[in-house]
Amino acid sequence: MRLAFVVTLACAALLLASCATPPRDYRPDALSLMQRDFHAKGIAGMDRLNEDSVQATCNKSQDNPPQEVADKLQKEQLAAVKWPADGKLLGDWKAGERIAQNGQGMAWNDKGGVGGSCYNCHQVGPRESSFGTVGPSLYQFAKKRGYSADIQRYAYGKIYNAKAYNLCSQMPRFGHVRALSEQQIKDLTALLMDPASPVNQ
Amino acid sequence: MRHALVLGLAAAISAAPWQQAAAQAADPTAAEFDKFREIMEQDNPAELFEAKGEELWRARRGPKNTSLEQCDLGLGAGVVKGAYAQLPRYFADVDRVMDVEARIVHCMMTLQGFKYEELAKQPFSSPVRTPEPVSLATYVAAQSRGMKIAPPQNHPKERDAYETGKAIFHYRAGAFDFSCASCHGEDGKRIRTQPLPNFTKPATAIAAVQGWPGYRMTGGVMHSLQWRLNDCYRQQRFPEPGYASETLSALLTYLTVNASGHVYRGPGIKR
Repeated sequence: MRLAFVVTLACAALLLASCATPPRDYRPDALSLMQRDFHAKGIAGMDRLNEDSVQATCNKSQDNPPQEVADKLQKEQLAAVKWPADGKLLGDWKAGERIAQNGQGMAWNDKGGVGGSCYNCHQVGPRESSFGTVGPSLYQFAKKRGYSADIQRYAYGKIYNAKAYNLCSQMPRFGHVRALSEQQIKDLTALLMDPASPVNQ
Repeated sequence: MRHALVLGLAAAISAAPWQQAAAQAADPTAAEFDKFREIMEQDNPAELFEAKGEELWRARRGPKNTSLEQCDLGLGAGVVKGAYAQLPRYFADVDRVMDVEARIVHCMMTLQGFKYEELAKQPFSSPVRTPEPVSLATYVAAQSRGMKIAPPQNHPKERDAYETGKAIFHYRAGAFDFSCASCHGEDGKRIRTQPLPNFTKPATAIAAVQGWPGYRMTGGVMHSLQWRLNDCYRQQRFPEPGYASETLSALLTYLTVNASGHVYRGPGIKR
C-alpha cells in the first residue's frame, strides 16, 4: 500500500515536470559537443562550425523560416553579390563543363575552391549520364527559360549565391564563400546560357 | 566457390527487402550492385578481419600485457555475443554513451594501457595497414550477425544522446552550408549515381548500419563507421571530428536507434 502511494506520488511528480517544462532544445548541447570534439584540419578551420545569419535562421526553423525573415535575409544576400565589373556574365561553356564535372574543393584535403560539383546534384549536359538528383535538372536551361539578360543575371546570381533567391536552398553559395572565382562563375553561366552549349541542344 | 556463387545468385533472384527497396527507387545501377554484393558476400574479405579481430581480442597485448577478454561491451565483462546489436549504449564507468569503437578504444586504454593519442593518430585503414580497433570492431560486430538491432533508450543519457545526435545531424554550417541531412534527409535522391538513403526514417535508416564495418572494394580496405562519418564530414566541408568522440557516439545513437528492429547481417561489403 505504501509502495503504491509512493509510486503514485512519483508519477504525479513526473506528470507535473512534463507539463511545466517545454521540450528541451538540444541545439546548445549539440553545438558545445561539436566545439569540444572537432579540430581544424587543412583549410577547414573551427570557424566553419559557426553559423552565419542564414545558416542559423535555417537551422532554427528546420529550413522553413517565416516569409518576412526569409525576404529580409535574401535581400541582404542578393545585395552582397559581386557582379562582374565588365558587365559580361557569359564566359566559355567548354571551361564551364569542366568546372561542372569537378567535385573537388573547400574540403580539408583541398587547397581552396576547385570545381563546382554541379553534376553531383544536377543533370546538366546531355552527354553525362552520371548525375545526381538532389537539385533539379538543368538540361535545356535557357532553351526552356529564354536567353534574355534577366535569365543570364539570374543564372549568374544563383551560382554566386543560391540563398539570395531561396534562403534555405541546399545549394552552396559558391561566389559568396569564394569557392568559385568570377571567371569560373562566368564559364558556368555560359554552360547554362550559351545557345551553342550542349545544355541547350 | 562455385557453390557459393550459385547460392549467391539464388539469393539475388529471390529479392530480399533491401533489393525491393532498390527496385522501387528504379535505379538499375544500384540494383545491379546489390546483386553483385550479394554474390561477393559469400566470400567476403571482411571475414579475414573478423578472424584477425578475434585473435587480437584474446591476445595479451599493450603495456599491461592483458587481453580484452574482460572488456564490458554492455552485456557484462567478456560478453561479445549480441553486444554489437545493443550499441551505442550508456556505460556507467565513463558516464556517457559509447559506440562500439569508442568502447573498444576505452577497453584498450583501461585494460591494456594503450594511449588515446596513439590509437587516434592513424585510426583509419589504408591498403597497407588496418588499425587494430577496426579489426576488433569487425569481430565484435560479427558476433551479432542475424540479430535485431536494438540499442537501448532507457537511460536518460541514452535519450539525450539520441536527441543531441539528431541536432548534430541537422546542423547546417561550413563552407557549403551542408548538414548530414543535406544528403540523407530526403527519399530517393542520389549524388552522381550513388543513392542517398534517408536516415531520418526507420524504413531506410538501416542503410546507415547494414554492411558496416565493411570491406570497401574501392581501395580494397576494411572500413568502420568511424571512418564513414569522418569522410562524410570531409565532404560536408566541416573541420575534422575527433576519433571515437562523444559527438560521433551521439550521431551513431541517432542513426542506430532509427534503424532499430532491422536484422543485422554482419560485416559487409561496400562499393
